[in-house]
Amino acid sequence: MNQIISSSFVARTLAVPYLGLYGACSSAMESLAIGALLVDSQAANYVLCGAVSHNSTVEKQYRYPVEYGSQKPATAQYTVTGAGVSVLGSQAAGPRVTAATIGRVIDMGITDPYNMGSAMAPAAVDTITAHFRDLQISPADYDLIATGDLGRVGFDIATDLFKKHNIEMPEKIFTDCGLLIYSEDQPVFAGGSGCGCAATVTYGYILNKLKEGALKKVLIIATGALLSPLSYQQNETIPCIAHAVAIECCQ
Amino acid sequence: MSNKQKKKLTPVQQQYHSFAKEREPRRPVLANCLRAFLVGGLICILGQGIFDFFRYVLDFSEKAAINPMVVTLIFLAIILTVYGVYDKMAQWAGAGTAVPITGFANAMAAAAIEHRTEGFVLGVGGKMFKLAGAVIVFGVFSAFIVALLKTTLAMLGVI
Repeated sequence: MNQIISSSFVARTLAVPYLGLYGACSSAMESLAIGALLVDSQAANYVLCGAVSHNSTVEKQYRYPVEYGSQKPATAQYTVTGAGVSVLGSQAAGPRVTAATIGRVIDMGITDPYNMGSAMAPAAVDTITAHFRDLQISPADYDLIATGDLGRVGFDIATDLFKKHNIEMPEKIFTDCGLLIYSEDQPVFAGGSGCGCAATVTYGYILNKLKEGALKKVLIIATGALLSPLSYQQNETIPCIAHAVAIECCQ
Repeated sequence: MSNKQKKKLTPVQQQYHSFAKEREPRRPVLANCLRAFLVGGLICILGQGIFDFFRYVLDFSEKAAINPMVVTLIFLAIILTVYGVYDKMAQWAGAGTAVPITGFANAMAAAAIEHRTEGFVLGVGGKMFKLAGAVIVFGVFSAFIVALLKTTLAMLGVI
């Protein structure tokens, strides 16, 4: 919600030192990357990182009243109602954050707020390529590479962008949280979106797969469209960002 | 996207635009038109039915039957809005549910429900016309232009 008030309400209840982060739908990995940095630099012993979104509040804030009858195009996405939170510590057992790549803001001139997938895909591709360049690894080093909430449209564009730039991205391991969260028969247009999308899928599904040992090393790229409801009404283009975090399971 | 907006974009952005456009599902314009025609027509038939009911069963005059018919349609639209049905119908029907008076009722009721938590004065009262306000402003303005044209033409003796 506006001014990340939901997080502030949680922080009010918890009464612990609090950093309010906003990166639109990239918040989940933005907070995880910063949290991991704080723990690694011994600035904090334990950090709670998470992100939350609610379908109705997003509709109200960015679009129309919830009950208003407007026809959405097939490129639209359905905001996930959900929250995902993780606890980071320097000692505990379990999956651990091994690397993170903070993304650049990419704006490819998309203005349609009902087409976030197209707007965010280049940001995701940019961050993923930067990640591999930095660490000098290849996509094959991962068991799973999941983008945050590109949806069907954005995910297809990202796949084609990798092909265009001659980057080998194995189909088996490349997926999108916005496609994973809903089943095919749910009426969610191009797929899920929102801060809660990457957070719930990562912390509720992928992390458990890591604990089970079904996955060994994953890369999560949370993608965010940093628009404001006012900016797109004034015909501004949508700045987008993506942050990547690598999580490994260590027995 | 209009040409004016396109000029502001860099060549790379323009290139990406056409790249992305090829991969986006198109709006099914023809199907949307047909659905809008069907649903809009059905709403009008319903209106005619209600009108006939007031006209022949309750013995209203032709002029007097219009108002209770409109009110009944508005009432039905608001009930459907309140129970969360109208927005689902609209996703399928598009302009079919938006253009008749029921669409106007939905726009006002939805805004009123949405902003109830912000209080009666600034919430319900202030935001009720958030969407419907545009219809009134441009409706009144275009009515004014049409009336002006008609009067001018009448004065010139054309009609």
